[in-house]
This record gives sequence, C-alpha cells and structure tokens, in this order.
Amino acid sequence: MIEITRLQKRFGRLEVLQGIDLTIRDGQITAVVGPNGAGKTTLIKMILGLARPDTGEIRFDGQPIEGDFGYRARIGYMPQIARFPENLSGAELLGMLKDLRGRGAALDEELIEQFDLDDQLRKPLRTLSGGTRQKVNAVAAFLFRPDLLILDEPTAGLDPVSSSILKDKILSERARGRTFILTSHIMSELEELSDDVAFLLEGRVRFAGPVDELKDVTRQPNLERAIAQVMTEGLAA
Amino acid sequence: MSTTAKIMKYELHDVVRSRWLIGYTLFFLLLADALLRFSDTGVKALLSLLNVVLFVVPLVSIVFGTMYLYNAREFTELLLAQPVSRRQMFAGLYLGLVLPLVAAFLVGMGLPFVYLGMDETVRYATLFALLGTGAALTAVFLAVSLLIAVRTEDKVKGLGLAIALWLLTAVVYDGLVLLLATTFADYPLEQPLLGLMLLNPVDLARVLLLLRFDISALMGYTGAVFQQFFGGSTGTLVAVAVLTLWLLVPLYLGLRRFRRKDF
Repeated sequence: MIEITRLQKRFGRLEVLQGIDLTIRDGQITAVVGPNGAGKTTLIKMILGLARPDTGEIRFDGQPIEGDFGYRARIGYMPQIARFPENLSGAELLGMLKDLRGRGAALDEELIEQFDLDDQLRKPLRTLSGGTRQKVNAVAAFLFRPDLLILDEPTAGLDPVSSSILKDKILSERARGRTFILTSHIMSELEELSDDVAFLLEGRVRFAGPVDELKDVTRQPNLERAIAQVMTEGLAA
Repeated sequence: MSTTAKIMKYELHDVVRSRWLIGYTLFFLLLADALLRFSDTGVKALLSLLNVVLFVVPLVSIVFGTMYLYNAREFTELLLAQPVSRRQMFAGLYLGLVLPLVAAFLVGMGLPFVYLGMDETVRYATLFALLGTGAALTAVFLAVSLLIAVRTEDKVKGLGLAIALWLLTAVVYDGLVLLLATTFADYPLEQPLLGLMLLNPVDLARVLLLLRFDISALMGYTGAVFQQFFGGSTGTLVAVAVLTLWLLVPLYLGLRRFRRKDF
C-alpha cells in the first residue's frame, strides 16, 4: 500500500530521518516501534503530507504523494495528542469532517455507540477529559471507512475497557481488509495486534518484516525481548 | 461547495462568535454615530473618521489576524490531514478572516450614515472612497498577518512583529518622512515624497482620501503636485496598483511558505 524510499528529513541540525526504506503491506497491521525521538511521528506526518521530506519519496498505491492530496480521502488518522479546535463540540467536529469529506458511502459510527459517546459529543471538546478526547479522535479516524488507518499511540489514556473495544475494532477492520500503521509503547499490545514490525532507531530502519521473523532472528520468545535485543546488541548475524 | 468555501465557512462560524469582532463593529458604530451627531458638518465628521480609520483598521487587522492564525493551528493541522490541499487551506484561512473583518468595518462605519443621513457637504463618492479604502487596508494587513503567522513559529515573536509593523507603517513612517522633508527643505522634494507615499499602504490610503476632500490646497506646493498626480487617472491607477501589490505580494510569499511548511 505504501512504499517509502530513501526518505530523509532534518529539522535544523537534527537529522530525524536518515534514509528510511519501508514497505507497508496491503491488509496488514504494521507496528512502527522505536524509542522516543526515533522519528516515528515524523514518519507518520510525512505519509500524511503534514511534513515534507528533504529527499526521498513516498508512494501510495504506486502513486507519489508529492503534490497530491486526494489520496488522504483514503486515510483515517488518529494523532498522538488529540488537538482539536477548542470551541467546537465533538458533534460539530464530526459534522465538519463529514461535510468536508462528504462521501455517499455509509459512515462507520459503531465506535460512538460502543464508547457510549452520544452525550459527550454535545459538549465543547475543551471540557472533555483526555481519554474522552482520545475516543472522539478514534471515532473520527474510523468514520469514513478508510483503506488505511494511521493510529499514533491509539490506546494512550484509555481505560482497559475502552482500550479493548478499540483493539477489537482494529482487528475486525483488519479482517475486512483494511491496512493499519500503529505506534505504541506497549509491546504486548503491538504483539497482540501486529503482523509486521518496523523498528526505527536514530532515524534509520533497523528491522522491517513480520513479527515472527524478528522473534526467530533474535531467538526471543516475544516482541518486547526481541526489540530489546536489537536495541542493545543489534541484529544477530 | 468547494473545499475552500467550506473551510472559510467553518472559520467564519468561529470568528463571528468572537467578542473582538463584535467590539470592533460597535467601536466604529459608536464613533461614526457620535461624530455625525456632534460635528458641525458631515465633511468634518468624515475627516475625523478618516484619521481613526487609518490608525485603527491596520492595527486591528494585523493583530487580530496574527492572533487568530496562531490559535487556529489545531484547526489547520486537523484539516490538512484530510483531503485538503495546502492552497485550499491557505485560501480558506485568509477569506475566513477577510470577510468578517471587512463586513464588521462596513457595517459599523456605514450604518450611522444610513440612519442619520448626511448633509449636503458630503459627497457619496467620498464616503464610498473611505469605506473602500478601509476595506482595502483590512485586506492588506490581514495578508501581512498571514505572512507573519506562517513564517514565525513563535506566537509572541509573531505578535511583536505584527505590532512593530503597524507602528512603522501607521506611526513612525510619517515622522521619518517629515524629518526628511524638513532636513532637505531647500531641495525640490515632490518626486521623492511621491515615491515614499507609494511605498507605505497607510500613507497611500491617506493621500488618496485627503485629495478627495478638496483640502489639498492646505498642503502647499507638494499638495498641488500630489493633486496633479493622483487627481489624474494615471495616478489613481498607479495607487490602486500599488495597493494591489501590497495585497498580492504578502499573499504570494505566504502561500509559498505555507506549501512547504511542516506541521
């Protein structure tokens, strides 16, 4: 679905991405992992066109995204920190997005019901708790039944019940053939959800491939230990 | 509806709710009302209004614009993650500011003239020139505020820059021109002064308006030269062209930067 080649980005002196090559497979859940400052969020913003590469290219279904914006109609994005226009209510926000993306296809409002958000959506977003905002954020990402969902720390701030609801939603939408890019600091969660893993360290991809392959290569029983091993010792030959 | 029009619509909803905008409308409404009631003649009221317009419209436009655009960062980021192009977003942001501010100015300024009427000293053309110039200054200073907000990441720095620019164009510039004129009083200064007037949108607006009041005789020989230049159709065309440049250049530079910006 997405091919990234030799992607580079620097902010001032800081080289955030130092030549990323990565393929996101169709219909799979790809976990992007790495320590803080490894470039995960920057990479995601570049796929969305919010930040622009210094060099390199990103292709979405074979088409370069540079200069294009129509491809974003096929993406649902859940940012790490839910920052909304403060004066709007949740319902107004969703209304605005519906108006803007205005597609005839049926909307996916399943999460509103599951999170029991109806009452909360009438209140101004600034009055909502962090967790509730995160739920609104998730609703907005799934609303248009996009082909690709980019979820940056989706379960951060959610209680266990809501977190489970969201994870079930991710898995059921994957079963319908949607593609996901996920980041999280909770390795057990990523292991539960992901097919592929891309491990970023200091702006480079240290490993990209199926989760099972990473566990095989490192001879570790789970993703957390496998990643820890790559971080401390690099990939075993 | 086009994407730009939609973005403009959301922003309009937000701006119209702002207390600033209501205060801005009321300010001009009360001012125009009071001046019309208490001035001897309509033309005197208009002349006083002119001075306030040249001072207040640039200030409010550039400060309101800069502040609003910094506060709209979340809104911008949210929309740019949707199928919206940078160009559409930029146009929407700008139009969503220009329309309500111009409307607030026109309503506040114009309404008292409608319900109080004007005496025979005022020509409609003069009133419309004042309203048109105020609207043009709003558009110009909002374009500049957009350029500032796009180029400067830091809100405080951006706001400082906006106020500094206002001080320069609306206050300091005049003093500098005056200083120049008195220092080189022995030389023929009409042409250089004309050039200097063209460089600053506020001064340009002032000269254009003053010439409509038939008081250019008070400005001596320089006034006569200005009258000759701006009174003719060439001069008016040049003035309008320069004001248009003041609008288009900041917008062009702002858009160029906006398209490359990282969010």
